[in-house]
Amino acid sequence: MTSEHSSSNTWPLWEVFIRSSRGLSHVHAGSLHAPDATMAVRNARDLYTRRNEGTSVWVVPADAVTASDPDSKGGFFESAQGKSYRHATYYTKSEGVKHL
Amino acid sequence: MSFASHDSATKQSQGDAITAEEIADSGATASEDVARYALILGDDSLMLAQRLGGWISRAPELEEDIALANIALDLLGHARFLLTYAGSAWGKSEDDLAYFRDEEDFRSCRLVEQENGDFGTTIARQLIFSFYAHELYTRLLDSEDRTLSAIADKALKEVAYHQDHAAQWVLRLGLGTEESSRRMQSGLDSLWPLVEELFVDVEPIERLEGVAVPPSSLREPTMRRVAEIIEEAGLTVPDAAPAYGGDRRGLHSEQRGFILAEMQVLARRHPDATW
Repeated sequence: MTSEHSSSNTWPLWEVFIRSSRGLSHVHAGSLHAPDATMAVRNARDLYTRRNEGTSVWVVPADAVTASDPDSKGGFFESAQGKSYRHATYYTKSEGVKHL
Repeated sequence: MSFASHDSATKQSQGDAITAEEIADSGATASEDVARYALILGDDSLMLAQRLGGWISRAPELEEDIALANIALDLLGHARFLLTYAGSAWGKSEDDLAYFRDEEDFRSCRLVEQENGDFGTTIARQLIFSFYAHELYTRLLDSEDRTLSAIADKALKEVAYHQDHAAQWVLRLGLGTEESSRRMQSGLDSLWPLVEELFVDVEPIERLEGVAVPPSSLREPTMRRVAEIIEEAGLTVPDAAPAYGGDRRGLHSEQRGFILAEMQVLARRHPDATW
């Protein structure tokens, strides 16, 4: 948030992660504003679990998330292209192996 | 359960909680006294739901807008259960009771029909009402009337959240800025004379031993817990005499006519309208 906005009364932004059932991971559901972490969990409950979506909620201050740079997509993700040997299907199975 | 088919477009899963439709279909018929008791509880929920609905699009933040609307809808659900059950005594539907009774026929207390005021006043009312309702439904669970007990079971979980929401805000407003603390205190002060009405053992409750929860038995536990929150928030428990009148016999405050006009106009102007 720039200094221009920091003096306003806007509540800080929080990222919300919901776990839909036991055994699954928390998945990013969206974001919301709240004055503090306690209220953020409650707001998340109101905004993102209205239809029985969750069994657990995490909230994280949005400015605590460090993200990859959208402009450097190429260098960051493209090197995986063409490296099919990183996938199991690249390899042929050994002779005599029947069930794989 | 009728909801097992998931035929709703939004795939809402309601679990196995009770619904107003099930109460209507169950054939359970309330006696005259039980119906009048259900009306007392249902009218409180209905009026407060209508008032809280007034915050929609006007709350301080979008998130709080949704929180208040959620609470309003929970309360509307409780009102539907209770009015549906009350109506079974007189062959009336929940809509007959909600939309086609006049001011003096409602049994709600004056606290719930007051205008919302500022956010502090609304939260003050939420604090008082949700703590009262939690004590009420905790005891109504043991009612010999199985329908009332099932309604209490559903309402209790929701009211527990309303309590938490109110308490969290009282703490934040009380311990926040000078202005927020002043407004929170002023909200409590303005509503305090209307609190006592919640705890008066009105007719026909004295005839419903084992079925109804005597309101007077809720006074001590409710007010003790409300006072704890108020003090924790650095505020003062008001010391105000109860307002005159208010025995749920239709001696309402001037706000009731206005709130009913807004709530009932559509149903009265277009009877049987559906959408």
